[in-house]
Amino acid sequence: MRRAFARTLGELARSDSRVILMTADLGFMVFEEFAEAYPSRFFNVGVAEANMIGLATGMASCGFLPFTYSIATFASMRPYEQIRNGPILHGLPVRIVGVGGGFEYGHAGITHHALEDLAIARTQPGLMVVAPADHLQAAAAFRATYDLPSPVYYRIGKRDDYVLPGLDGRFTLGAVETVREGEDILIIGIGSICSVAFEATEKCAASGVHATMCVVSSLRPAPVSDLSQLLSRFPVALTVEEHYVDGGLGSLVCEIAAETGARCRVVRCGVKALPSSIGGEACLRGAHGLTAWDICATALRAMGVEPR
Amino acid sequence: MPVVLPTEMMKPVPTVTPYWIRKIIIEESKRANVGHIGSALSIVDIVAVLFDGELRSVGTNSPVRDRFILSKGHAALALYAALHLRGLISEEQMHTYCSDNSLLGVHPEHQLEGIDFSTGSLGHGLSFGAGVALSARLKGQDFNCFVLVSDAECNEGSLWETVMFAAHHRLSNLVAVVDNNGQQALGKTKDVIDLSPLADKWRAFGWNVHEVDGHDVDQLRDALSSLNTRKGPPSAIIANTIAGKGVSFMEGKVEWHYLPLSDEQYAQALEELEALSR
Repeated sequence: MRRAFARTLGELARSDSRVILMTADLGFMVFEEFAEAYPSRFFNVGVAEANMIGLATGMASCGFLPFTYSIATFASMRPYEQIRNGPILHGLPVRIVGVGGGFEYGHAGITHHALEDLAIARTQPGLMVVAPADHLQAAAAFRATYDLPSPVYYRIGKRDDYVLPGLDGRFTLGAVETVREGEDILIIGIGSICSVAFEATEKCAASGVHATMCVVSSLRPAPVSDLSQLLSRFPVALTVEEHYVDGGLGSLVCEIAAETGARCRVVRCGVKALPSSIGGEACLRGAHGLTAWDICATALRAMGVEPR
Repeated sequence: MPVVLPTEMMKPVPTVTPYWIRKIIIEESKRANVGHIGSALSIVDIVAVLFDGELRSVGTNSPVRDRFILSKGHAALALYAALHLRGLISEEQMHTYCSDNSLLGVHPEHQLEGIDFSTGSLGHGLSFGAGVALSARLKGQDFNCFVLVSDAECNEGSLWETVMFAAHHRLSNLVAVVDNNGQQALGKTKDVIDLSPLADKWRAFGWNVHEVDGHDVDQLRDALSSLNTRKGPPSAIIANTIAGKGVSFMEGKVEWHYLPLSDEQYAQALEELEALSR
């Protein structure tokens, strides 16, 4: 999704002179083309995320559309107060792009694992929160939201070679995208880990449990209407996120279920404890119950089927 | 022909001068029974110079208006007074300072005309100002951005991130004015985090630095008019000030960061301001 971001932003910058790209010294082999094509609109601000958001807020107040970029932890948490007192408080179109949510920077260690960025972004009034599932959807999401008047937080993955079956690059702000239809259970995913969730639906099907899988890529505005309709159709909804279970997608689905009085049990798959080791993405997903087998087994048990 | 009474003829007309700003600060903080008086009095002369001619198109929506960011938001009463004296805050609204449902709180809110950026958390204003200054350059517009920071605000690491960025990009249209009153919330800056030599620090980071008496309007004006805001590095004016300036019992006293005025203190403060204005 990194290259999808850089490429899409380059296209948008060609026709819209308000587009600015700022990075806090990250994006090797990603932003060279943009920097070469638009040298006056590309800024490596150095390792200074707080300043980056302040600069972007000032520029947005003068009519620009600044995209700020860093690893998701640094992009969202280091300058959190700047985000709150800047674009949120002033309602300005600053874009915060966090790359590598969840365990994508696995070996880099826990400082690089963004497991609460969606939760903290979701609490800020007026901040759109977008987390695409693959690079095609990421490109569509950037095109659809780049010039919104409100600020936006994007959590994007690193991979540019994966396409989620059935998604076909669709993105609608405030809506869910259904990628698989089944009658037994609802599986709701967000972000890169939708690839694993999809694999889990296939394993469930092999055990006779057929899942509808939908992708929430717009956490804010929350797809309340779509989710409440879906929740009314199933006895169990399973949420899958590479994020702490508190505050993110699982919490959102629980809130909607409770507020709409849905008679649907919600089971949350996500990270439940502080990671205690480093490792590759697959290893860490395994350590936190987020492999396709784990998700499938959780779904089957929730349906009263003993996994084989 | 209307009859003009002698007393009305003698009634002074408020202007954007240090005297009137100080008078409003004392009156409004007494009426609202709130503190932060010392901080507001500290920046009066700086604000007076900026709002009496230095800032172009103040209070308009012109995209090329000069911007003023009060990064040390806790001195907002001085800014409100200047905006009032420029006709941007009515007398009625001025009297809502620190009342319920008012926009005039201890720290400035951007919903108020003439305020571009809400402050109150230190270390945010300069980066916003640098973004504004950078925008002017990208758009080929000729306007300046003045950011008033406090000396203790220089404790914030985020401020120095901007200081480095602005110097690297030679944001000549960015001017930081440092209210160097040597005080912070819990004591003297030299005892909390010694900032000296403050001017040398900014200079070492690549800024064009002037050091002035922050209560001498002529020195402030001369320093501001000497700046090259079209070319070269950004500028910092280290304005050496005294917290509580103009009211003898407040000057240099940390407690006037907090205290409201008693009736006796209020009377004495007004008396001293009158005496100074004569």
